Amino acid sequence: MPRQVLEDTLTADSIAADAALAGSGDPSAFERLYRTHVARVHTLVRRMLDADEADDVTQDVFIRAWQKLSTFRGESAFGTWLHRLAVNVVLARRKSVGIERGRFIADEEPLKDVSGRPHTPELSMDFEEALASLPEGARQVFVLHDVEGYRHDEIARMLGVVPGTSKSQLHHARMALRRHLER
Amino acid sequence: MNDLWTNRLSEYLDGELDSTERAALEAHLATCGACYATLSELRGVVAYAKTLVDSEPATDLWPDIRARLVQSSEPRRHASGVRSRRFTFTVPQLLAASIALVLLSSGGAYMALRPGTSKVTPQPAAVRQQGIMTVANVDRGTTDAAIADLQATLTQNESRLDTTTVRIVRQNLAIIDRAIVEARIALQKDPGNAYLNLHLADTMRRKVELLRRVNDIAAQS
Repeated sequence: MPRQVLEDTLTADSIAADAALAGSGDPSAFERLYRTHVARVHTLVRRMLDADEADDVTQDVFIRAWQKLSTFRGESAFGTWLHRLAVNVVLARRKSVGIERGRFIADEEPLKDVSGRPHTPELSMDFEEALASLPEGARQVFVLHDVEGYRHDEIARMLGVVPGTSKSQLHHARMALRRHLER
Repeated sequence: MNDLWTNRLSEYLDGELDSTERAALEAHLATCGACYATLSELRGVVAYAKTLVDSEPATDLWPDIRARLVQSSEPRRHASGVRSRRFTFTVPQLLAASIALVLLSSGGAYMALRPGTSKVTPQPAAVRQQGIMTVANVDRGTTDAAIADLQATLTQNESRLDTTTVRIVRQNLAIIDRAIVEARIALQKDPGNAYLNLHLADTMRRKVELLRRVNDIAAQS
């Protein structure tokens, strides 16, 4: 068995075993899961919401995961399950702070402001910063579609909009971000 | 640049236009340098998005999460209060698991002990990346105690299982025990070997998990 395959297999098996142990109440196993997955969860949260919320919401994701581990049946990889849970927590947060469907339409104007900036060295900011500067609706659609790989129909369902709105937001986000790519 | 077509460029890029629209947009691209250039830039954004990397939070969030876990107690069980059986095993599945374990054990021991590998110890990706999945984080005394309890429970419960299941479970446990012994012997020669430490911890976790599953099955039989 090639070394990398063996390592990957052991890692995947170890995560699955830790998920089972954590599901039976073992906090040490859950800490190992946290260490393995925190970067992915925190990055997702930071991109989807404001950076100053990322730590709190990441904590919420892991607490929620701990509470719901008994529903994890091992039918998908633990990482996939956790990622979906994180998206749900982020979207619930979005609703709880009053960002509702109308925000997607209201997002249009600030989005144009971002995309209309001249491409000067001062504004040639890091791509992540440019992403963070997008209006929330466009940013979330971009992250879910282009970074995380969700389809428009899935995004529309999650965000409570029609697929056409998701497509429109994605296009506006890309148009804004193209000006901030370093060339 | 035509706004009508410009607004369709992302859909074109994502392959979401029907054949008629695609042909019309391609005809437009052939004559519109601005739209052609914009399409190229959008393609760059999509490609760049796939290269973004994840990063750790600036501070370790675990202490706060750990404190909140204590408050929220154990993971929620189903309404009955009885631990649900999340896994069931057929005889072929148990046999497959035992074969996989033999392969992993022998492969792991081979990788760790073969001549010429002592200088560069293969470490699982998780060890390299996180530096936490080592023996220092595994309370083997606690695990040994848990295994002893579970084995005692299994001895009491074995009569509830059919003989074929008992036989296969015993075979699996023997394989796991052999893997644990081999890992411990190897660790006596190379106590600092992170790969072997992880392998031993992982094998012990497998044993705990197998015992728990079988006890669950027996309890529900």
